[in-house]
Parts: sequence; structure tokens; C-alpha cells
Amino acid sequence: MKRMRLPRPFTIALGKAARALTRLRGGSGSAFPGLVTERIDPGFLAAVLAQLPRGVVVISGTNGKTTTTKMVVELLRGQGLRVFTNRSGSNFTRGVVASMLGEISPMGRLKADIAVLELDEAHAVHFVRAVNPQYSLLLNVMRDQLDRFGEIDSTAALLRTIAEHTSQGVVLNREDSRIARIADALTTQEVRYFGLAPALRTHFPSDDELHGAEPAAAGALPEADVLLTGLGTQQGTFRLGDEEITTDLTVNGAYNTYNAAAALALVRLVLGDTIDQEALLDSLRRASPAFGRGESLTVGGQPLDLVLVKNPAGFRLGLSSFSAAGVATMIAINDNYADGRDMSWLWDVGFDSLAEGGVAMVSGVRSYDMALRLSYDRVDIAAVEPDLGTALEAFLAAHPQKPKRIFCTYTAMLDLRQHLSTYTEVEAFN
Amino acid sequence: MRPHSSEDKQIRLLQLYPRDMNIYGDYGNALVLMRRIQWYGFTPVMLTYNPGDPFPEAPDIVIGGGGQDSGQDRIQQDLLGLGERLRGLAEAGTPMLMVCGLYQLFGHFFETRGGSRISGIGVLDVETYGTDNRLIGNVVSESPDFGQIIGYENHSGQTYLGPTAKALAEVVVGQGNNERDNHEGARYRNVLGSYLHGALLPKNPAIADFLISTAVQRKFGQTLGALQAPQSAPESLPRLTELARQTASSRPR
Ligand SMILES: [Zn+2]
Repeated sequence: MKRMRLPRPFTIALGKAARALTRLRGGSGSAFPGLVTERIDPGFLAAVLAQLPRGVVVISGTNGKTTTTKMVVELLRGQGLRVFTNRSGSNFTRGVVASMLGEISPMGRLKADIAVLELDEAHAVHFVRAVNPQYSLLLNVMRDQLDRFGEIDSTAALLRTIAEHTSQGVVLNREDSRIARIADALTTQEVRYFGLAPALRTHFPSDDELHGAEPAAAGALPEADVLLTGLGTQQGTFRLGDEEITTDLTVNGAYNTYNAAAALALVRLVLGDTIDQEALLDSLRRASPAFGRGESLTVGGQPLDLVLVKNPAGFRLGLSSFSAAGVATMIAINDNYADGRDMSWLWDVGFDSLAEGGVAMVSGVRSYDMALRLSYDRVDIAAVEPDLGTALEAFLAAHPQKPKRIFCTYTAMLDLRQHLSTYTEVEAFN
Repeated sequence: MRPHSSEDKQIRLLQLYPRDMNIYGDYGNALVLMRRIQWYGFTPVMLTYNPGDPFPEAPDIVIGGGGQDSGQDRIQQDLLGLGERLRGLAEAGTPMLMVCGLYQLFGHFFETRGGSRISGIGVLDVETYGTDNRLIGNVVSESPDFGQIIGYENHSGQTYLGPTAKALAEVVVGQGNNERDNHEGARYRNVLGSYLHGALLPKNPAIADFLISTAVQRKFGQTLGALQAPQSAPESLPRLTELARQTASSRPR
């Protein structure tokens, strides 16, 4: 193992000062203190992370990495570990550096045993060149904002780079053929898989299967260390090695339950034989989703679910995870950069499951695109209102006695949460 | 009951390579054609062709989309085997719409950055060259045949027209075929090629109706009547379409 020096106290003091200054001026941004620190010490990040006794774990993939990272952190904390973690942002390493500055001692000590980092695939190459993670978990490559990254195959190549730079062990989704194939590029690392029991695969159609590609034959799949074998309402059954367990969950939806299987596989690899199974299941039961991803609020005495949708597979899962019966449905679609500008993905989602009850409100910058999409699927629409605030108000007023569900893209969700905070308690987010 | 059995008024829509070439919402084009064929009083029949399949008999409309490089590799040899048949259909006047990847392969060739040439089937007199530059964003273009065409482009291959292809449209906002001229897409007889998805047909029903009316005219010698779309929203389908077009054309690139 290579020895690394700690960062100089001077760098830390200056970085902390930059952070304090940014806060003083009312900014929560991480770019400035991170920039200052990296300028005077480009090795800062690697130096601080290198002192952690259990090293660095990274989690990447196009869908579900925020919730999965949160679950891994909670599972590890449940095992008594001190965990440093980050929120993925637009400027990855500077963001991590900035959150470190808040937690680091003046002499450069980070009081943590392990770092669990959510790594955006776009930042992967830059990061793993600076810091070699001990472990990585790669979730999936779904068609997501192709206008930003070009092609799915090149996103898969970025994730492969993470795996190649991982020193000890890699956890892969065996159900995603592009992810599973990454194993072919690995020679020295231990490779483990998480997966789905064959009976559950129809709940998780892949983009490739949508238009008739053959699902991989069950015999061809590698053995999974953690297998999701059963789905209930806020309940999941997992096979961990040879043992099958059923547990209640705080996360909801098929999608988040499968993320739990991924988190379990990673934690089992990191901790090995030392795992406290009872504590693990207790943490798993209580782990909550990252904000917005299947978030449940109460408005006017009725439950309101916000479901983040950002690509066809995620939208399909959102629709199949939650029954539309008895629920008033709203859909809010924006096309800002963070949402993806290309609307073609809406045409790769089938909306038949909404046909019976119809859609109460369609909103967002691209509400008319969404309304067209629903019309060609013969789904009735009660109202279309591009302005999110106006639409939300009308939607709430029209269905006072009904549970509600809003499917929304990322920036639509941020906007809606802002409006919802005048009706109910909404967890702060920055 | 109507006096004719439904088979009498069938319009057969063939999707080429839906398994490998469907990346940019191309299914939307198929869905819009299926629904509008029905709303014009005909019976749509969806046919698909994937590599190695028997080629469906007597398609009235043929459509195809874009794919990943890997998808393109998988279908390319198979497509060459269909070349003669598809050229025959094109010469006979069959309406077709090819978007993105299949637009490129309906041309003479795609030359990669490394200089190797991937043969196309030459239905359209166009040539495509791979570049390091990805042309991405909202597009507004003007077509003599179809009025304003609105869509979204995402391609790094750049396409140039030969003497017997004419441009589908001229670009007003965006890039279209390439960075040098203003052409978007190509047309030869009733075969249309385009880089625009979004999907293309939902926001450009004039093109959908051209494909349908051409098929109906060739098969039954009839002109299209009025579209009988059920009203399922506060606004009619044409009004929703117009509003979606206005939004798309006002968005940043
Ligand atoms: Zn395209």
C-alpha cells in the first residue's frame, strides 16, 4: 500500500476560510472553496481519502445511485462504522472537497472509517484517475439523457473505467447486459453480482427488451450473491448467499427494492465475515429513499407521492410499481438541461396503465408533448396547464379527498417541492 | 356491421429492425401511424422485420429508426441482403420514413473517421461521413412539401446529398444533415430520410398523413377523408399538436 502524506494545515485553513466566506455571503455553493483548495493542493482529495482505514467505495450507474448510496451509508453506519459521504453535484471533486472541509480537522484528519461516494458517470474518469476506490458498485446503464452523453455504449465504457480502477472488488448488476459484460475487462478484482429471480424480471423491462430483444437466458447468468426473489407492498424477499429473508422496507416501489439488493451485495463484499446480520436487517428495514425518489408527503390530510422520472425505464418502473387505482395522477415534464432536452424518451414509455382512471393534470414546460403522448395512448386528460404552481393548486383543489401521485422530471420536482412547502413540511434540499 | 370485412381496408405498416434500431423514440412514429390509419377509417396492421426474419409480404408503408453503433453493426449485413427488394419498393412508389441510423444506411455509404466504408443500400442518393462533432439539439426547418418540420437531432455522422436526392427541408434553427449546408433530410420519390426524432411524427402530422394518404391512394385509389380522432383532452388533438409545436420551436437549442 502506498503511503500518502496528509494535506498541509495551510491548505486546510485556507479552504476552510473560503468555505466560511461563501457561507457568510449566504451561498451554499461548493464550487468556490473546492476550487481554492484544489488550486493550492491538487492532491488534497486523494491525500485525505487515503487515510481512511477501510478506504473508498464508489457507486455509479444511470438510475438509482442516490438512493442506493444512501442505503449503503445507512447499512454501514448500522454496523458501527463512521462513514463520510457526498451528494452528487455538478462539479464532483470540488463538491467532495467542499464537504470534506466541513468535517476535517485542522491537521487534516477526517473522522471516518470509510468513504461512500456517489459518482456521476460523467465525472468517473477524472475521479478514478485521482483516487483508486477499493470497492465499486455499478447499477445499470439506462437510456438517460443521450443528448448529454451521446450513447449508452459510451456510458457503459465510462462505468467500465471505474471498475478497472477499483483495487479490491466490484459489484455488478447481472440483469443489465452492458454492466454484466464489464466483468470481462477485470482480471485482478473480486467480482460479485446482484440479480433478480426469473419470476420478477417482467417487472423490470430493459430498454433493449422493450422492442423485442430477447431477455438473457437464465442459464447464461452468473451466480448472484444477493438475489431479489419477492416483491410486496413495502416489503422485499432477498436471498443473501444461501439464506432467504423477508423484511418490511421504508423504501417503496419495485425499483428501490432492487436498489436495496444492490446495497446489500456491496455491504456484504466490503464487510465480509464480520457482518452483524441482525443489525444489517434492522438498518435495511429503516433505510429511507433519497428525497424525491418515491417521496411521500401529506397534503390536506391525504397522501401525496412524488415519483421522479427521468428516462423510459424509470418511468415504466414508476408506473408498474404503484397501482393507479383510486389515485389522482398528475404528470409534470420539463426539458431543462438537468431533465434532458430530448423529449423522445416519452414515446418509449407505455401509459396503458393510466387509461382506466385517466390523468387529472398534465404540467411543465413540455406539458403539450406529454398530452400528445397520452392522447396517442388513448388516456383521458382532465386538464393541461404548463405553469407548475397554477397546475399544482388546481390539482390539489380538484381532488381534496383522494390520495395523489405526481410523476415529475428533476427540475419540475424541485419546483413542485418549493410550492408544496407552503402546504406541508418538506425536507430541505440544496 | 360494415359490408366489408376489415381485411378489405388493411394498411400494412412495416417497422424495420425495431429490436436494434429504436433508440430515439422511434416507436412513437409507428404508434402515430397506427392510430391515424385507424382514425382515417382503415385497419392498421403492424409488421416487424428483424435480422434473419422472412420479409413480410406487401408492406404499404415502411419505417425505420436509429440505433447504437452496436445495433447498426448487427443489422448492416442483413440490410444489404434486403437492398434489391427495398429499392424495388421505393421505385414502385412505396412511402417510407427512415430516421437517423437507417437514413444513413439508406444512402450509399457511411465512412467512419478511420476511413473505412460501411455500405448502405443506395435508395437515397446521399453519403455520410463520421465526425468527432455531435450535432445535438432542437431543430426547426422549412419544407416545401410539409411546411415547418420540428424535431430534435443527435448524430455525429454528417450527410451530403447527391444530384438525385433533394433535401427534405431547409434548416432554420439547428444543423440538420451537416455543418456546411442548410439541408435537413432527403427525399427520393416517396422515401423520406431525416435526422429528426422527438419522435418525428407526433409533432409533424403532415408527414404522417403524407405516408398514409400515399399508401391509401396506391392501394385503394382513394383520397383520405377527415381524421376522426376521439377527443380525450380539453383541447382537440390538432390543437394539442399545435401547442406542442409552438413550445418545441421556442425552446433553446
Ligand atoms: Zn437521431
